[in-house]
Amino acid sequence: MTETTRTKGVSRRTLLKGTAGLAGLAAGSGAITGFPYVKSADAKVLRYLGTAVNEGDDIAKQCLKDTGIKLEYITATTDDVTKRVMTQPNSFDVLDTEYFSLKKIVPSGNILALDARKIKQFDNITPVFTKGETPGGKKIGGQGTAPWKVLYLEGKDSKKFATSATEFVTLIPTVYNADTLGIRPDLIKRPINSWSELLNPEFKGKASILNIPSIGIMDAAMVVEASGKYKYADKGNMTKEEIDLTMKVMTEAKKAGQFRAFWKDFNESVNLMASGETVIQSMWSPAVTKVRSMGIACTFQPLKEGYRSWASGFCVSKGVSGAKLEWAYEFVNWFLSGYAGAYLNRQGYYSAVLSTAKAHMEPYEWAYWMEGKPAEKDIKAPDGSLLEKAGAVRDGGSYEDRMGAVACWNAVMDENDYMVRKWNEFIAA
Amino acid sequence: MSEEVLQQATPGLIPGSGTARAAKPTRLSPSFISWLQAGPMMLVFLAFFLIPLVFVVIVSFWDYNEYQLLPAFSGRGYTDTFEGCIAQLPDLCTIGKTYLKTLNLCFMVWAITLFIGFWVAYFLAFHVRSKTWQMGLSLLCTIPFWTSNVIRMIAWIPLLGRNGLVNSGLMKTGLINHPIEWLLFSEFSVVLALVHLFTFFMVVPIFNSMVRIDKSLIEAAYDAGATGFQTLVNVIIPLSKPGIVIGSIFVITIVMGDFITIGVMGGQQIAAAGKIIETRVNALQFPAAAANAVILLVITFLIITMMSRIVDIKREL
Repeated sequence: MTETTRTKGVSRRTLLKGTAGLAGLAAGSGAITGFPYVKSADAKVLRYLGTAVNEGDDIAKQCLKDTGIKLEYITATTDDVTKRVMTQPNSFDVLDTEYFSLKKIVPSGNILALDARKIKQFDNITPVFTKGETPGGKKIGGQGTAPWKVLYLEGKDSKKFATSATEFVTLIPTVYNADTLGIRPDLIKRPINSWSELLNPEFKGKASILNIPSIGIMDAAMVVEASGKYKYADKGNMTKEEIDLTMKVMTEAKKAGQFRAFWKDFNESVNLMASGETVIQSMWSPAVTKVRSMGIACTFQPLKEGYRSWASGFCVSKGVSGAKLEWAYEFVNWFLSGYAGAYLNRQGYYSAVLSTAKAHMEPYEWAYWMEGKPAEKDIKAPDGSLLEKAGAVRDGGSYEDRMGAVACWNAVMDENDYMVRKWNEFIAA
Repeated sequence: MSEEVLQQATPGLIPGSGTARAAKPTRLSPSFISWLQAGPMMLVFLAFFLIPLVFVVIVSFWDYNEYQLLPAFSGRGYTDTFEGCIAQLPDLCTIGKTYLKTLNLCFMVWAITLFIGFWVAYFLAFHVRSKTWQMGLSLLCTIPFWTSNVIRMIAWIPLLGRNGLVNSGLMKTGLINHPIEWLLFSEFSVVLALVHLFTFFMVVPIFNSMVRIDKSLIEAAYDAGATGFQTLVNVIIPLSKPGIVIGSIFVITIVMGDFITIGVMGGQQIAAAGKIIETRVNALQFPAAAANAVILLVITFLIITMMSRIVDIKREL
């Protein structure tokens, strides 16, 4: 008995020793790998925080090839990106985020505005961002957090948005799109042309919206307005009464069983639509493309009330300075120089500088994606997979038609706190 | 126990007493050794549970705006949470409805996992004779745990969907004409997934209690003329109580805080206490989220206290 216990004890002690040794080794190896990193501080590395939209492997590879800058992607959801900027501002260098989050991020003082004069293509950025109109001169709806309202700051360290152009830019524009409802034409079998169809009892148990409150309520507002129940002064900045009214309409629909489910991420929306659980729902452009590439009919339906739009861009963390800041400028300039823009355009998004993107696309691609013309050849995704056969026309048509019909932008409201509470009430109803 | 034996036998081998070997062997007091043994877990518990918990409670009494926490005392996180609870009477307010729903789900899942878990454990403990088979079969129960929670949950979706396997099967056999809608994105699917995920947490502790029941007690009951049912009610169930309570605590605490399963299987349309916290955190309203976390903690704690009133786990173990 004692004999066995002793053996046990000894082996336990050896084990402890071994573990300590291992721990030491791990710590040591950490120091070893850490060392060259400090030594080679001039290797150009940028930690890039953003959502998956822009963070393509091909972009990182091409960027390394063209500029020698190595991008380290930190991928998070829209909400988590904002959370990270607030709580760990030193954990990233370049930030890729949406304009509507600026209302939270800028007052926190955790980001650095970029200098417009150092952005080579700044003057070529589409007037969608700077003037709120399309290159063809169509006025764009400005309800919500439209980018031109929050594009400039009053000064370098200012926390106030400037009303006219200054050289201090909050986010250098990169990508944007116009969102609408996705439908299954094969199951609906009739034309759909209004947001109000989302709450049409005909689609009871077959509709869905986003469960991201700040975006979901905008879609809800489009529906309420389309059904003629109410006209908002600004859908993107509702009063408490307007929030109550919007949520009441949605709650009634929910109680009546209108919604099959709410979705929160890209894949959920694809699965709901592809499996036929839903036939009409708010959706994102690449999700529609994904459903279609599965061989299932799905349309990103243009509606008479217009689109809900979003846009994102680049800024840097407050902690970035010196050489690193220069690389950040170099990277942003590279991003706007065409390769990345063409890459985004081919996914159905839009690039901020149209001229450089056009130079990197085949004329037939440009004609399909941007001019709304029937595809001359098969349309391929950036990874080479087939998206559309020759002859297809993009849903909603040309850039002018789609961006020109934008009615509102994703937003953070003044009454955001109240809205979030009401959203929880809606879910509990 | 074995530590003490070890020390008496070979005093030189006390861990960390390298110098003691040369000099006079010193003895560490048994209570010091117990502390040493419990120490690492205590430190982990302190650093990763108690201290963060204290922070959560502190933050729950802070104020906040769109982009930062304001470290000034404020009950806003709580008052906002209970908004309308008096004004809306007799209707329930948001938080009331949410907890009612959560407790309701929790009760259903608890009752079903207890029923299934009890009989699986009973089978393993009393019907499987050989130790090897008992081990083998209980390992078999763990196989589903080789894949992630999320996958086991999502796997139900193609099965239960409108055009899923179950519905198309039933349609083909002609039992139904229209797909059954409530199979998916409903309370049914939530309970089904939760039961599937967590029954095992019931099986293990109950099985553990049952195998430790002295078989001679059952023989004695049989000899005294008790029927099978009487033995079950008067001998086996009372002696399995610690296992039942521990299993119940596992299941109840997990289900009370769950928002992922309820979210995915309920189509994000079913309220859950955890869901409120998630929405608040995502909106960067940390104090409100913390307040809700504290409320959830208090309610869960109350339930567990009530359960441990029924059985004194410490004594039974």
